[in-house]
Amino acid sequence: MTRLNRDQLVQLAKSEIEEISAHQLKQMLDARQAITLVDIRERDEFVQGHLPAAKFIPRGFLELQIEQHQPDRDQPVVLYCAGGVRSALAARNLKEMGYTQVISLIGGFNSWKNAGFNFKIPTVLTEDQRIRYSRHTLLGEVGDAGQIKLLESKVLLIGAGGLGSPAALYLAAAGVGTLGIVDFDNVDASNLQRQILHGMKDVGRPKVDSAGDRLRDLNPDVRVVAHREPITSANALEIVRQYDIVLNGSDNFPTRYLVNDACQFLGKPLVDASIFMFEGQVTVYMPANNTLGYAAGPCYRCLYPDPPPPGEVPSCAEAGVLGVLPGIVGSIQAVEAIKLILGKGESLIGRLLMIDTLDMSFRTLNVQKDLTCPVCGDHPTVTELIDYEQFCGLPSRNEARQADRELVTA
Amino acid sequence: MATVLVPTPLRRLTGGQSKLTVAGGTVGALLHSLDTQYPGLKDKVFDGDGNVKRFINVFLNDDEIRTLQGLDTPVTDNDKVSIVPAMAGGQA
Repeated sequence: MTRLNRDQLVQLAKSEIEEISAHQLKQMLDARQAITLVDIRERDEFVQGHLPAAKFIPRGFLELQIEQHQPDRDQPVVLYCAGGVRSALAARNLKEMGYTQVISLIGGFNSWKNAGFNFKIPTVLTEDQRIRYSRHTLLGEVGDAGQIKLLESKVLLIGAGGLGSPAALYLAAAGVGTLGIVDFDNVDASNLQRQILHGMKDVGRPKVDSAGDRLRDLNPDVRVVAHREPITSANALEIVRQYDIVLNGSDNFPTRYLVNDACQFLGKPLVDASIFMFEGQVTVYMPANNTLGYAAGPCYRCLYPDPPPPGEVPSCAEAGVLGVLPGIVGSIQAVEAIKLILGKGESLIGRLLMIDTLDMSFRTLNVQKDLTCPVCGDHPTVTELIDYEQFCGLPSRNEARQADRELVTA
Repeated sequence: MATVLVPTPLRRLTGGQSKLTVAGGTVGALLHSLDTQYPGLKDKVFDGDGNVKRFINVFLNDDEIRTLQGLDTPVTDNDKVSIVPAMAGGQA
């Protein structure tokens, strides 16, 4: 066996692979050439700055993980380290795996930086966060980058009740960085059968206060924003605008139409759910102008163009609801929100999940966009928020503020 | 025979039954025929003009009937017809 010293091994590696300069790499990236760019340095080096397009695979894991990023052996793979030595050695190993176009950056990250090219200093998880979210970051679909996305995301919950309770707890535990909660109600003893955010000590307190305490105790990473007011046509746009995704856990039709319309106008994905006795419905309404890059799906009005006349559909307050049911349905809403934030999996856009806990059946039904929908159709007729009490055949908010208030609380 | 899946709010008209077995035909004929056995069901699903109410969706298997042939959509054995009304519950 040939005995090589360090310099000889590097020479051998460099003779077997291709090398390019920082300027050549810049040209390739500017020309949007399809290359897989990998930063093979150690984490502490990576977090101090890296090429914006680079994937991070420390050299010790390179051979084990490269196929997850580029399985095609004939596609170009560019590796860089700090100075161009480690990447030359690593490139040679990839050649042994059959990669035919492995390129090492001459001078590594230092040459890129010295050339004055743009680099990115990544947001990284703190040591405490690495431990807290380790079961997440182990998942390929989440990883460090996904967890950081969660920490940087803002989710609004309409209601801190049956659906909002489990959704808020799981989103907070998952590290969703900002949770807004709209609720003007106080905790009542009859809530505790299902609203697991609140406890006996909270009876009589505003739900947003009780929720805030519980969520901050669960995860100090989460900023809880309390909106202790009814959501109305006057404040909905201003509130919804501050968030990336909305979870609807409201208990009345005017609010459902209001939140749908506000989300459609602002391009905010709406994870919608409702429950009744033993049965639940969940779906995702994705507006056309959303910032997540999803194709538009139907909205609430595509499914239900008109509300039922008042009194035709009984409420949970009248008919009852199994306490566990919102636990299941609200948790599914949390899953859908997390999937949207991560951009992973297949969302419930255009599908209505029907859950019946009595026969324990889960079915998904296909729902289509209605081209004649007054809000998201081809020729919209509703282009601003309206009086939703009036739309639902109830006394208008202006006419009967007090009566309306009692109705929303019901 | 086809199966009609009855949503919770309408089960008080069907003696609590969530699944009804009905002979086929079309979706419209099938839903109308249920009214004989379960009086009042028709009025819950249809408006005065005989259309499905706008806060209710009817599905044949996985698809909403408006994307098929509406109430004229043929129903064959083993099909599932679901009545899905808007529900509002969640917060309270």
